[in-house]
Amino acid sequence: MNAAFFASWIEEIIRTVHVERDRLTRLDAAVGDADHGANLDRGFAAVAPVLAAKQPDTTGALLKQVGDTLIRNVGGASGPLYGMAFREMGKVLGDTPDVSVAELCTALRAGLAGIQKLGAAVEGDKTLVDALIPAIRALEQAVRDGVKQQEAIAAAAAAALAGAEATIPMLARKGRASYLGPRSVGHEDPGAASTALIFAALNTVATR
Amino acid sequence: MVGIVLISHSGPLAAEVAALAAQIGGENVPLAAAGGTEDGGLGTSPGLVEAAIEEVDRGDGVILIPDLGSSVLTARLFAGPDVVIADVPFVEGTIAAAVSAGSDMPLKDVLAAAEEARTFRKL
Repeated sequence: MNAAFFASWIEEIIRTVHVERDRLTRLDAAVGDADHGANLDRGFAAVAPVLAAKQPDTTGALLKQVGDTLIRNVGGASGPLYGMAFREMGKVLGDTPDVSVAELCTALRAGLAGIQKLGAAVEGDKTLVDALIPAIRALEQAVRDGVKQQEAIAAAAAAALAGAEATIPMLARKGRASYLGPRSVGHEDPGAASTALIFAALNTVATR
Repeated sequence: MVGIVLISHSGPLAAEVAALAAQIGGENVPLAAAGGTEDGGLGTSPGLVEAAIEEVDRGDGVILIPDLGSSVLTARLFAGPDVVIADVPFVEGTIAAAVSAGSDMPLKDVLAAAEEARTFRKL
């Protein structure tokens, strides 16, 4: 996976977030302030012209630019969280010309650490971490099993989706949804849903 | 003098709490409101927070007072040895911080005074 692959991934995220914007906002209407889809769409839409103006030639520079743009433009909690994650991934990948699945795992672990440094969420808190951690685990398992890259990424996307769906019965303990207490139960976490979309986009690009 | 930055999801909310704190704590306290998004909507803007920190920084440290949710995460992006986050009730903590900053206390004492506001009972 080279810098062009990661650029395609980001382009696919921009497209998917735009298509799914209303669904994400509906999920957030149930447990938050009904702006997750709109916020993410604004943030990722701002990424497109930045990348078009000056396409970074390393994966590290690309992901750092994506992170910085998200932090500046999202306007909600997902801006600092996703922004930090992409920035940390960029730091780890740097100018690696061809990123292996194992290296992607290391970068995602760094992204997760960045998210947890800001939000302090753990698994079961009903946040995006509940989609991200299963996806990383599936990817790491695939590396241990020695499966092909495409299969590994498909497993990660499936695990992220299952993780997002598993947030439905959870009681929120972080973020705005935590103020709802028991009323947060029965709704999918919007952040976990958008994380599942980000891994679905990765899978789409990997199967091209 | 310690600077204070109010980070709220709402521009008018941050501005009004800053106005109240300036009246009680003294007009000379460096106090800035960073509420809402850059286009005036509800949310938080790292750009506005960064500008507010620069505005109130007199070299004695800055205290960030977030309201909830994304404002806490945005504040964490800027936290360091000289820029600290006060985990306090938005109004009461701001007043306590402004009063103690106004009496020229050092950063750690202003933070401690703000955090005491957590335990104040109204009844």
